[in-house]
Amino acid sequence: MNKTYKLENLDCANCAAKMERAIGKIDGVNECSISFMNQKMNIDAADDKFDDVIESAQKAIAKVDHDCKIIK
Amino acid sequence: MNKEQKIDIAKITVSAVLYAAGFITGNIWVFLAAYGVAGYATIWEAILGVIHLELLDENFLMTIASLGALYCGQYPEAVAVMLFYQVGEFFEDYAVNNSRKSIAGLMDIKAEFANRLIGGKEEKVAPEELHLDDIILVRPGEKVPVDGTVVKGSSSLDTAALTGESIPRDISEGEGIISGTINLTGLLEIRVTSVYEDSTVAKVLDLVENASSRKAAVEKFITKFAHYYTPIVVGCAIALAIIPTIILGWSYFDEWLYRAMIFLVISCPCALVISVPLSLFAGVGSASKHGILVKGSNYLEALAKVDTFAFDKTGTLTTGRFTVTNISTVDRISKEDFLKMSAICEGMSNHPIAESISAYWKETSGGAASDAQVSDYEELSGKGITCIYNGNIVYFGNSRLMDQVGARYSEARDIGSIVYGADEEGYLGYIAVADKIRENSKATLAELKDLGVKREVMLTGDRKEIAEVVANEIGVTDVLSELLPGQKVESLENLLSEESQNKGRLVFVGDGINDAPVLARADVGIAMGAFGSDAAVEAADVVIMTDDISKLSTVMKIAKKTMRICKENVIFALAVKFAILGLGAFGLATMWEAVFADVGVAMIAILNSMRALKL
Repeated sequence: MNKTYKLENLDCANCAAKMERAIGKIDGVNECSISFMNQKMNIDAADDKFDDVIESAQKAIAKVDHDCKIIK
Repeated sequence: MNKEQKIDIAKITVSAVLYAAGFITGNIWVFLAAYGVAGYATIWEAILGVIHLELLDENFLMTIASLGALYCGQYPEAVAVMLFYQVGEFFEDYAVNNSRKSIAGLMDIKAEFANRLIGGKEEKVAPEELHLDDIILVRPGEKVPVDGTVVKGSSSLDTAALTGESIPRDISEGEGIISGTINLTGLLEIRVTSVYEDSTVAKVLDLVENASSRKAAVEKFITKFAHYYTPIVVGCAIALAIIPTIILGWSYFDEWLYRAMIFLVISCPCALVISVPLSLFAGVGSASKHGILVKGSNYLEALAKVDTFAFDKTGTLTTGRFTVTNISTVDRISKEDFLKMSAICEGMSNHPIAESISAYWKETSGGAASDAQVSDYEELSGKGITCIYNGNIVYFGNSRLMDQVGARYSEARDIGSIVYGADEEGYLGYIAVADKIRENSKATLAELKDLGVKREVMLTGDRKEIAEVVANEIGVTDVLSELLPGQKVESLENLLSEESQNKGRLVFVGDGINDAPVLARADVGIAMGAFGSDAAVEAADVVIMTDDISKLSTVMKIAKKTMRICKENVIFALAVKFAILGLGAFGLATMWEAVFADVGVAMIAILNSMRALKL
C-alpha cells in the first residue's frame, strides 16, 4: 500500500532526511520519501503491517523532532 | 507572520539589545542574560535530544559549542553563536514559509464552494459533495469547482492559473468547462460531468503537491553528504579538544577546546540541506506559474542534461488540425467566391477535409451567413461531391473527379490534400488543405539548440514526403517517418541506446493522445496541450497545459537555471565550510567566522535559491 500523509511541525530539512532514513529501516517499509518543502510523507509498506508501520513511523519521527506529527 | 515568528522576533530583539548593552557595560551578567533569552528554547530542545540519544541534533551541537565558548571565557562569542543561530533559523523558516505560500498562491485553483441548484433553489456545498449531473451555478469572479458542460449562459474564463496564459477564453452553451478556471463576465449554469476527485483541478493539485516526493540526485547527494558530514566534523572536534591536550598538556586545553567549538558550529548541516530542495521547489513552482507542471524535481534535473529532443509531428510540431493552406483559381472566379462556393457545398459533407474548408471560410469571412441556393447534393464515393449551387452544377473532389467530368485542371504541387473544383464550363481552381506547422515551431527548435540540445529528431506515422516538407520547413534533419504506433516506441528505444553512450538525456514531446507508451519510455516525456486531457496528464512526466510549443524552451531555461543555482549553493557552502574548518584547526579563525560559515552561508544560499522562482 502506498499512502501520502501530511506532517505537522516539520521544521528542519535535515530532520526530514533523518526521519526518512529511520522510517526506511522499519520492518515492512518498502520505501519512504519525506518532502520537507511540501511537508508530506509518502510511504510504501506491506498491506498487512501498514497500521503498525505508521505507528512505528510516528515514534521514529518524534524521536527526531518531538513536535512533529503525522496527520491521519 | 504567524505567532511563533513574532515570538522569535521578540526574542531576537531583546537578546540583541542585551547583547549591545553587554558590550557597553562590559558586564558578564548582561551577556549571560542575552545568551539565556536567545538560547533557552534551543537548550531545552538539546536536553530533549539527549534524552532521545539524538546527539547529532543541531540544537545539541549549538548548545555545546556556545557552552564551550562560555567556558573559555568568550562571552560575546558565545552569545553570538546562540543569537545568530536564532536569526538564521528565523530567516530560514521565513524563506521556506514564504516560498511555500507563493507556490500555494500560484496553485490557488480550488474553489472553496459550489452553488448547487436543486428544484430552483440554490445551496452552497463543498466541491467534493457534488454528484454527476448536478446543476451548479458559477457567478462572475467565482472559480469553477468541477469539470462540466455549460447548459446555460456564456462568459469568458480566466485560465491563467492553469495555463499561464493571460488571454481569457470564451465559453458558451454546450461547451465543456474545466475546473480551476475563473468565470469572468457572465452567469453560467453548469452540469457536472466529473466529480471533484476526477476533475482537472484535483488532478493538477495532486500532481503539484506530490512533485517533490520524486527526488533529484543532487538532493539525495546532499542529504547523504550531511549524514556523513556531521558525525565526521563532530568527531574531528572531539579529537581537537582531546589529543593536543594529551600531547601538549592541560594548559593548552582552553585554546584547543575553542577550536573544537568552532568545528561544532560549522558541523550543522541544515543550511546545506535546505538550500537544494528549496531551489528545486522554487524551480518547479516557477514552471507551474508558466502553465508547465513538472511531476518531480528529478525531471527538472534530467531536463537540464538533455541533449536529444524527439518530437511527434502531428499535434506537436504541427497544430494537428487541418486547415486551408493555399487557394488557386482560374481568372473567371475570385479566390473569395471559390472558397465560399466550395465551403457551402462541402459544408454538407462530414469528411474532415470538407469540414476544415467550411471552418476556414467561416473564420475568414467573419461568420457570414450562406445566401446561396444549394440542392441535389450527392456524394461521389472516393471522388468528391456534386450539387447544384445557385442553379449551376458544381463538382468538388480529387483529380479523378476532374477527369471524370472532363475538367482540364493543372496539377497542384502543394503538400497535403488537394480539393479541385469545376462547374459545367470547366475547371475553376483548387484548395490545398494541410496540417499547419505551428508558427513558433521553427523558432523554438532553434532556441533549444542554443540551449545546448545537440540532436532533434522528428517521429511520425505520416507519409515520407509530407514528413520531409515539414522537417525542412522547421529545420529538423533527423526524420523517422511512416512509423506504426509500435515502431515509434522501437525507434525511441534505438535513440535511447545511442544516447546511453554519452551522458545526455532524451526527451520525447507528444500530445499525449496516442503516444503514452513513448512518453513513458523516454527519460523525460513531455505532453503538450494537456488542458483538459487526463490521459496526457497521467502519461507524461512534464505537462504543458497549453499547446504553445515555445514553453519547451521556457521549461529548459527553468531547469538549467535551477540546477545551476543548486550547484552554486552546494559548492559555495562546502567551500566556505571547509575553508573555515581548515583555518579553525590552525587557530586562524574565530567563532565569528564559524558563525558566518553556518548562518551567513545559509542566508546567502537561501537568497540564491529564491532566484529560481523568477523566470
